[in-house]
Amino acid sequence: MPPITRGFRGRRPDVDPSRIPPGQHHERGFPVLTAGPTPPVDTATWTFDVGGLVGAEQVFTWEDLMALPQETFTVDIHCVTTWTKLDTGWTGVSVDELLKDVDPRSEWVTIRAYGGYTTNLPLADLTGGKAWVVHTFDGEPLEARHGGPARLLVPHLYFWKSAKWVRGFTFTPNEQPGFWEQNGYHRRGDPWREQRYWSD
Amino acid sequence: MDWRIGTVRETSRETPRSTTIVLDVPGWPGHRAGQHVDVRLTAEDGYQAQRSYSIASAPEDAALRITVDRLDDGEVSPFLVDDVLPGDELELRGPIGGPFTWSVDDGGPLLLLAGGSGVVPLMAMLRHRAAQGSDVPARLLHSVRAPREALFHRELLALSGGDPAAPGSASLQVAWTYTRMVPPEWTGFARRLDGPMLDAFAGPAPAADATGPAAAMAADGLSAGNGSTERIFVCGPSPFVETAASLLVARGHAPGRIHTERFGPS
Repeated sequence: MPPITRGFRGRRPDVDPSRIPPGQHHERGFPVLTAGPTPPVDTATWTFDVGGLVGAEQVFTWEDLMALPQETFTVDIHCVTTWTKLDTGWTGVSVDELLKDVDPRSEWVTIRAYGGYTTNLPLADLTGGKAWVVHTFDGEPLEARHGGPARLLVPHLYFWKSAKWVRGFTFTPNEQPGFWEQNGYHRRGDPWREQRYWSD
Repeated sequence: MDWRIGTVRETSRETPRSTTIVLDVPGWPGHRAGQHVDVRLTAEDGYQAQRSYSIASAPEDAALRITVDRLDDGEVSPFLVDDVLPGDELELRGPIGGPFTWSVDDGGPLLLLAGGSGVVPLMAMLRHRAAQGSDVPARLLHSVRAPREALFHRELLALSGGDPAAPGSASLQVAWTYTRMVPPEWTGFARRLDGPMLDAFAGPAPAADATGPAAAMAADGLSAGNGSTERIFVCGPSPFVETAASLLVARGHAPGRIHTERFGPS
């Protein structure tokens, strides 16, 4: 049992506690956490490519992205720095749609972003309706500081997996730790199992 | 990473809204300047809350210090700032954080830009630099609302004041800018961080960063790999960091050299 902190009462969540993963707290704002400057990304030159160990590389322009079937949905998001934001509304394209004509030859994906950020996931965490490339947040174009014009959204995992300014996937022969994963954070990052750091 | 129990050795009020908590943590593995710890509190009914706080002490310091700023509507920080007493036990785990760290072996020059309590991890870097007797050139610009909120003001003056008792002092420059309340007869900066202020304080970006293929490469990578050895750390509330990072990039500093840590709602 952890020691009782003398005098600490705390504030119970003002929302259904079963929606808040262990060690998280409810946040109404939308904090920004980025390891470097916000990179300028222009939709006129934006591309999203799928390469590495695949049958044939795919490249999507912004127009291509917009021409694909769009989904609008509401999910909860969980940041490893312990905030959880409920009922966030997004519009974007399912990763299943982006991988429709891709023949993956590996189960491991490195996610690349403008600005040089990378993160990694097993393919299974990106498919089956669990991940999207989103461009609209609560009905407005996604702001640059939140990853606009487009970011990855993988709401069932901690939010560092939802790479801002996403620019493509590379299928790799094995698991290749990304930026935070190389810096002590968990390879997968399931908030309900509190997988924050590599040894969790 | 396991939770450890730290015992509060002492607390000291730094400003009207911030307190340093000095902890003895048996088995603490040591840290790098710039890293943070997770702190977990447990109420009598078992309810828990945890948050991350920057480490203020140098790795050389025998005790672990965190300096906490009170968020008025916060759940954890008001307790830590106002209610913690010597002898209390806090659960901790860490240290955490890789990119936002510096040691004298990493070299410099060091450019540090802080907004409010964002100065805490940068202070750990400067304390580490002083403890090592390093003369790596370093500059710190600290933006605060009012003089009374200038954390570590006296210590920073001593470190930068050419005092022979403060190693490395000749090569450390510190400046403050006051954004809301300006003391009478103040001749320094008295506004939010902007381009002219950065130019006056930091001068131009090192030449190797400004142009050429190295800059182009660095512009596409978070990892630094260009000719400059400059290290830039920016920490503070999100709008401050966003402004500072954009100004730095616009002045030719390589994005891969700019490490940021943001806090608070956007």
